[in-house]
Amino acid sequence: MQERLKELQQEALNQIESAQSLKELQDVKVSYLGKKGPITEVLRGMGKLSADERPIIGQMANDVRGAISDKLEEKVAKLEELEVEKRLASESIDVTLPGRPANTGVRHPLTAVVENIEDIFIGMGFGVSEGPEVETDYYNFEALNLPKDHPARDMQDTFYITEELLLRTHTSPVQARTMEKYAGKGPVKIICPGKVFRRDDDDATHSHQFMQVEGLYIDENVRMSDLKGVLLEFAKKFFGPDQKIRLRPSFFPFTEPSVEVDISCVMCKGDGCRICKETGWIEVLGAGMVHPRVLEMGGFDSKKYSGFAFGMGVERLAMLKYGIDDIRHFYLNDKRFLEQFKRA
Amino acid sequence: MLVSFNWLKEYVQLSDISAIELAERLTRSGVAVDIVHPLNKGVKNVVVGHVVKREQHPDADKLSLCQVDVGEEELVQIVCGAKNVAEDQKVAVAKVGAVLPGNFKIKKAKLRGQASHGMICSLQELGVDTKFVPKEVSEGIFVFPQDVEVGIDALQYLNLDDEVLELDLTPNRADCLNMIGVAYEVGAILSREIDVPTPKLQKCDEKAADFIEVRVDAIEDNPIYRAMVIKDVKVGPSPLWLQNRLMAAGIRPISNVVDITNYVLLEYGQPLHAFDYARFGSKEIVVRKATEGEEIVTLDDATRKLAKEHLVITNGKEPVAVAGVMGGAKSEVNDETTTVLLEAAYFKGSTVRKASKDLGLRSDSSVRFEKGIDPNRVALAAERAAQMICELAGGVILEGCVEVNELDAKPLPVDISVSRLNDALGTELTAEVVGNIFKRLQFIYSQNEDIFTVYVPTRRPDITIEADLVEEVARLYGYDHIPTTLPIGLTTAGALTPSQTRRRNVRRYLESVGLNQTITYSLTSSSKAKGFGDTLENVTPIRLAMPMSEDRSTLRTSLIPHVLDVVQYNHNRKIEDIAIYEVGSIFLTEETEITKQPTEKEILAGAFTGTWQSHLWQGEKKKVDFFVAKGVLEGLFDQLGITEKIRYASVKKDSMHPGRTAAILLDGEEIGFVGQIHPTLQKELDLNETYIFQLDLQVVLSSSGQEVFYEGVPKYPAISRDIALVVAQETQAEDVKDVIKSNGGKLLKSVQLFDLYQGEKMEEGHKSLAFSLTYFDPEKTLTDEEVTNVHNKVLEGLKEKLGVTLRA
Repeated sequence: MQERLKELQQEALNQIESAQSLKELQDVKVSYLGKKGPITEVLRGMGKLSADERPIIGQMANDVRGAISDKLEEKVAKLEELEVEKRLASESIDVTLPGRPANTGVRHPLTAVVENIEDIFIGMGFGVSEGPEVETDYYNFEALNLPKDHPARDMQDTFYITEELLLRTHTSPVQARTMEKYAGKGPVKIICPGKVFRRDDDDATHSHQFMQVEGLYIDENVRMSDLKGVLLEFAKKFFGPDQKIRLRPSFFPFTEPSVEVDISCVMCKGDGCRICKETGWIEVLGAGMVHPRVLEMGGFDSKKYSGFAFGMGVERLAMLKYGIDDIRHFYLNDKRFLEQFKRA
Repeated sequence: MLVSFNWLKEYVQLSDISAIELAERLTRSGVAVDIVHPLNKGVKNVVVGHVVKREQHPDADKLSLCQVDVGEEELVQIVCGAKNVAEDQKVAVAKVGAVLPGNFKIKKAKLRGQASHGMICSLQELGVDTKFVPKEVSEGIFVFPQDVEVGIDALQYLNLDDEVLELDLTPNRADCLNMIGVAYEVGAILSREIDVPTPKLQKCDEKAADFIEVRVDAIEDNPIYRAMVIKDVKVGPSPLWLQNRLMAAGIRPISNVVDITNYVLLEYGQPLHAFDYARFGSKEIVVRKATEGEEIVTLDDATRKLAKEHLVITNGKEPVAVAGVMGGAKSEVNDETTTVLLEAAYFKGSTVRKASKDLGLRSDSSVRFEKGIDPNRVALAAERAAQMICELAGGVILEGCVEVNELDAKPLPVDISVSRLNDALGTELTAEVVGNIFKRLQFIYSQNEDIFTVYVPTRRPDITIEADLVEEVARLYGYDHIPTTLPIGLTTAGALTPSQTRRRNVRRYLESVGLNQTITYSLTSSSKAKGFGDTLENVTPIRLAMPMSEDRSTLRTSLIPHVLDVVQYNHNRKIEDIAIYEVGSIFLTEETEITKQPTEKEILAGAFTGTWQSHLWQGEKKKVDFFVAKGVLEGLFDQLGITEKIRYASVKKDSMHPGRTAAILLDGEEIGFVGQIHPTLQKELDLNETYIFQLDLQVVLSSSGQEVFYEGVPKYPAISRDIALVVAQETQAEDVKDVIKSNGGKLLKSVQLFDLYQGEKMEEGHKSLAFSLTYFDPEKTLTDEEVTNVHNKVLEGLKEKLGVTLRA
């Protein structure tokens, strides 16, 4: 009997070894370990054995079964693994094929610039104010120290609707409106982005509609040196940490002193190039200390309060930052233009 | 203002500074120089020559053969083609080896067999802009006066060694619209003395008062009027140096008398006018307002119709000049003039501006009056001109001037405190530094410790308050020397307002689902301003008083025409797949004649056309349809937490597809619409199928959304039941859903439509809608029985309210 068991074990192990599929292994399992299988058969004949032999054969039969099951399990695992491998191999794809495009849109580059400016000034404690595009003559001009026959009104050719209503020529009227709202009590720290309008024929560098961001800071003890500091901070955050600025005297009716602010040329870094007309500097914004009359008209005591204001052209900043050569692009909204500003 | 560098040297010592350097100094301290024009456009080696002999060229009718003395041992032979070349002329000769503008090199040549060693030049050939050259000179070679020395550099004589600074003046610096003003500025910048000429007059015994009387009937518009009379004048060309200076300043020389008035205008900034006394028409000057419709023929021979606001100079009968703008043709100085009536006056800026604007006449004179002249130079300038007429046109000045003067112009005292100055600038300047700056400006002042009282000269009317003086100190001290600081005041927290944040979120959302943001013009044509989709019965589009073009004449009342313009623009460039949005204002008023600011409503609009999603190599291509547009909006409302308040309803609108347009309602109020544009409009615009939406963004942003409040992750499972319902074709899914919801009680968590069937298996006029209902109790696991109870109620409700049955 012992030999028979050994034979059976050997036979079974051989069959397991040569099996190629899970189905074959199942057959082996049934035929050797099943209730009608040869091992069971052998065990049935145990009754004829002596009491001494019985446990030995019993033990042996169990060992044989164990060996076969172990081998079976091992082989099953192996075959399963092979089958997974085979299946996975058949599932292979060309990973270089293009993926499904996700729908993403872009914000307009002017919005990108405005939001960038907003975020920089919010970081310095400013709020954002907005105002109407159709303004009154009073807020657009008179409250900004530009009475009706002031020669500087020539500087801003205006789209009038009636004698008293017009399309704002700058975002400065928001200054005047904001000052009224604060009722003579500082600090006022705001910027005002928005659309403005001038009587210009549209060409590569002119647009009858464009965007400005105005800034206003009124408090006790606001100094011209603070204007320099705040604008330098802005220039560095907007154009890069190596930016320098310089102030040149200028004239705006609503500030005194008034300055133009140049930044070091973004193209040549100040060495001189075509963009900066070989000067190394580019004019980007106008600024100054709020004119005492403007403070008074806005309800602030000009003996107690002082302030600075500045205004910048968004298109100009965008053109400099991204190297755009024609202002009309901003308003044509060509998809091939807009989609270049995904990362802006 | 064009400033001749050579001329400027007459007032300030400038030998140690170049024109370019000076331009930079001026720009950095407040008078911007746009560009420095060298008058020499590359000319070299051109000398004064003397035409000793001129003969006809033997083989060419139009050429002359000239023997020219150029200051060398031998005469040179030059072939010349100019008609006006003649013996004994002094001319400009480009010698062999000379260079003319455009790098044109002069070489030995043979012209029709005759040797030519150089070229006799016209001003044009020397690079002078012909626009400023006197007419008679522009037509041939240039002829020097006889007293010019032969052989010397011709450039100096022609002032071509000069450089011209083109100033870009801000409106407040009208004081630099003249040479003396610029000299004061340069003197202040360089800390140098300046030398201003004082006229010295020799007068005869005859009295001007016997020749002319002056009466001003509009004293407010004309507070100062001075008339001088100069007799025995010989009108002729001005000397070369004077012509050169005018040309450098961009003024064409005409005749000595006119040139002198222009010269003094440039030198003092005081406009002058010379009348021909003989043709003046009376012995009386009357300055008055014009009568409405009164006419005058001006110097340019145009007949001008005047208005009652315009100021005119008359001879007591008729106008002879439009004050400060232009003289009349009748009394113009001409070659026969012998007695000159010289006017120097102060006209009010706004009066001159009005006339100049109405008549479309801007002159060197009107510009200066408009910006304000120095009342204390009126007399000086008149005397300076009289003196020059005397010297250069042989005139004799009559004793005295006839004058009306009602303006007492004195220096204006303005106080400035050094400590306030330092507070304003963030500097620590001493009184000495400040005083020194006022000295450089030639401002007289008195000082009382910290306080300076500055007597601002009348040439600087831009300075009236302390802040103006602060600017003078700042710009001369130098902005580069002002420190860079950060504000020391209260710290404030900067932030967007909640509605600004929400608007940013709206934009960010729309971009994240695939829409590009556009920005278009607020102005449009009157036809596009009529609105879209809605007939705006109560709204009159707002039109500009003076549009630049019909296309940009009216404020928009809808964003839709603008987004459609963008679609069309791209479509015309073969870009078929478009998804865009814009946030912008529309302008609405209920007034028919606008008097108040209109309502500016912030609108969100968008458009979709072409493919929405595609994965080409997998053969997938999803075209834009109504539900793409609607889905984007649903996502938006969900993000804003207002989904529960939003309803959609079929609606018919102009220019929209009648069966594919939905009104969007928020709390029952229509706030916009979404749908397909009408196929007729689509065809008109030559577009593909296009879907659009428009929303009142202001209402959307101000509608309070659901607050975020954490409810816990469900601990118990939810149970789903699906139902398929047969409903009439016209029944709207939203209505069915409402009935389900209203009967589902607290346990019904969500209702989702998952199938729509309207094929042939359905009874005529019916369709099948399948919903998945999810039941959930946060407290416990629901039993089948509990769910069935509620579910049955839902089914009963459907049957009762809509007569709907379950699909078999």
